[in-house]
Amino acid sequence: MNDLRRGMAVAVAIARKDAISELRGRQAAGSTLFFAALVLLLFGFALGPDSRRLADAAPGLLWLAIVFGGLLTMARLHQLEADDGAFEQLALYPVDRRAIYAGKALAGAAAMLVLGGLLLPVVAVLYAIPIGAAWLPLLVAVALGAIGFAAIGTAYAGLTVRMRAREVMLPLLMLPVVAPLLLAAVKATGAAISGDPLGELGSWLQLLVAFDVIMLVVGAGTYGFLLED
Amino acid sequence: MKTRILGFVALAAVIGAAINGLFVVPADLNQGDAQRIMYVHVASAWIAYASFGVTALAGLGYLIWRDLRLDALALAGAEVGVMFTAFAIWGGMMWGRPVWGVYWQWEDPRLTTTALLLALYVGYLLLRRLTDDPARRAARAAVVGLIAAVDIPIVHFSVLWWRGLHQGPTIGDPSKILNPSAPLQFVLALLAMLAAFTLVWVYLLIRRYELARLDWHREEDARRGFVLAAREAAPGTAAVEGPAR
Repeated sequence: MNDLRRGMAVAVAIARKDAISELRGRQAAGSTLFFAALVLLLFGFALGPDSRRLADAAPGLLWLAIVFGGLLTMARLHQLEADDGAFEQLALYPVDRRAIYAGKALAGAAAMLVLGGLLLPVVAVLYAIPIGAAWLPLLVAVALGAIGFAAIGTAYAGLTVRMRAREVMLPLLMLPVVAPLLLAAVKATGAAISGDPLGELGSWLQLLVAFDVIMLVVGAGTYGFLLED
Repeated sequence: MKTRILGFVALAAVIGAAINGLFVVPADLNQGDAQRIMYVHVASAWIAYASFGVTALAGLGYLIWRDLRLDALALAGAEVGVMFTAFAIWGGMMWGRPVWGVYWQWEDPRLTTTALLLALYVGYLLLRRLTDDPARRAARAAVVGLIAAVDIPIVHFSVLWWRGLHQGPTIGDPSKILNPSAPLQFVLALLAMLAAFTLVWVYLLIRRYELARLDWHREEDARRGFVLAAREAAPGTAAVEGPAR
């Protein structure tokens, strides 16, 4: 019990450190958000001015923008450590590796949640989607998606951060793994926007929860091996 | 020598099973000759899944015992698996065109899952190429192999649900392929092909494993040669542990 409490304290401390450096660094987090919003704008050009089509595709486009922005976020959270040689220091701390993983994943999930939460109104405005009534299930879907993405992203960013060609390796390794998350999140978002006529929202949210739990367990179990090298 | 004999037996078995599937077994009433693709297609898919199982288990074993031989086995499984996965997808497309009318059917959960499977393990192989240190490569690859193995069932379930939450699978259900009501001849032809492919699989795994070990020894020799040369060039300095950074 004591170990668990100490581990959580370590995780929160690491996440807090990441949050502070994100907020003080400013430009990086802001430009990721801007990039994701720009992706949404370009989807509009790619699909043409047909507002009906854009509204239909909106859940998928929102999540693709979150995924693209999330890849940058995950890479940055580890890049900051690696650039200053702080990653080695982190690995040397005499604490449970799972606590380090939890801290990085917590920071990642928080950043993703902010990203997704801010992109929701952008989608609502650009694609004329009424989200006012469905804000709660939408936020739940975004939060669950953020956790799952951060769970995988933290493990894979930790793996690729000291690799050659990491810019391409992170998405290449990560995108196939998050495919079920993307699928479930898009379905849940679509169901939430349309008022859930088929009553399937709960099932998709459950799938997201299952994905999150499984990937958090796997990530926590394997992250220590990646810190070793 | 034993491996070579196994290779010849596997080759003979595949030829025998192919002749059986192509000429001896009658064509399917509904699908015609296209149905014959199923024999190699199902066998490939089965072998592919078995390969990735080997990769995941060998990777897990490596993380526990730190034996590079297990890593060589994991590599063998992934590479053979990627080959059979690609073969399975290709066969499925060749079958899909005459039967479904399209090469790619988004509604079919197996096809979509298999495509992601291929992407997962191509990534695995690329990752291996980009890491030079054997122990580091083995650990990274083991983690990726494990995550991929955990992900596959989730992918499959999510794609199953995707097509409609309350609708059972209609295409690609294993109980339909190995349906006891199907003519026994079809089932036997599939089983024969499965056995033949399994022999080929074991042969390829052994060969790839041996190759990986040879590769590793060559890397080690190069490393040792480098260290010796460095010592000779600068006698009296501290031992060099590996290639300079």
